[in-house]
Amino acid sequence: MPKVLLSLFAVFAPLSIATIGGGQTIVADIQRQVVDVHHWMTEAEFLNAFAISRMAPGPGSLLVTLIGWDVAGVPGAIVATIAIFGPTTFMIYGVAHLWSRNPGARWQKALESGLRPVAAGMILAAVYVLLRSLEGGFLAQAIAFASTGILMATRINPLLLLSAGAGIFLIARMILAI
Amino acid sequence: MLRLFLVFSRIGLTSFGGGLSGWLLREFVIDRAWLSEDEFLNGLAISQALPGVNVKNMAIWIGYRLLGRRGAIAGFTGIILPPAIVIMLIGALFSTLTRFPIAHRALLGAGAAAIGLSLSMGITAARRVPRGIVPIFVLVATFLTVGILRWPLVWVLLGAGSISVGIEYAKLGRA
Repeated sequence: MPKVLLSLFAVFAPLSIATIGGGQTIVADIQRQVVDVHHWMTEAEFLNAFAISRMAPGPGSLLVTLIGWDVAGVPGAIVATIAIFGPTTFMIYGVAHLWSRNPGARWQKALESGLRPVAAGMILAAVYVLLRSLEGGFLAQAIAFASTGILMATRINPLLLLSAGAGIFLIARMILAI
Repeated sequence: MLRLFLVFSRIGLTSFGGGLSGWLLREFVIDRAWLSEDEFLNGLAISQALPGVNVKNMAIWIGYRLLGRRGAIAGFTGIILPPAIVIMLIGALFSTLTRFPIAHRALLGAGAAAIGLSLSMGITAARRVPRGIVPIFVLVATFLTVGILRWPLVWVLLGAGSISVGIEYAKLGRA
């Protein structure tokens, strides 16, 4: 394996284990490794890649796929993706397996009910951070809250809502830009 | 299995602006009723607590629940592979895309609406937290330390998680 593929793996595999509670926690460290340590990308290139990973569909952690692709083409993308998703896959698989082997065990019930408030708090905190960093000001926040209300009240297809959000933004832009 | 793979890849490909767990909740619990809300939230709590990207953990968890090992494979490949290919295509097109600020604008609007998915899931999850002083306290403390004080997630999770799980374990022993 070419050396650059090995170092891609060596950078992303340990980070994969450090992602607790969501992929966004490791972005700062990815940047440090990719820009400062290995000089695979410039600061601006990294920010571009980050922006793409935010707006593209799928998990935000596909950022590393993009970095791998940028650094070493398709093999780089494959290696980086395996490195960031692979190691922890066996862990969750093992736990899922254990779970169905011992349904209703005391430790399971304790973990389930004990982790629930933590999970709820983490989701709400992530939403709060997203809302704070949302570009587009009042309009964007209004759309976020309106879509929450609609989602809770109806069984609408979320894609429809996302398109509506995009449409409203474009229309507002046309009106305000004139 | 193919059907499961297709559902996961559809979610992977249409989930603009993040909030993938919100999509999963919608598809598997609300629309298809393949899982109960309780089962889903349990899986979510565990996916967050274990290392690894949450969405991928969640996809494996759901897949395993529904179809065992084959389901887990369908979940993992479905949620990762198609979007990985798409992101490379977008990366290749990016220099062209940036010439149209309108695309950025539209994605902003879609992203704002996507927050609704996360928030509605957060509300669902918060609603299903057991009523009681300890769980509510843990929820609020987690929100404050992660959201507002921006403490590192790992420590909050280890701290709040072990206290909360420990108390639940003791409670179950007494019952």
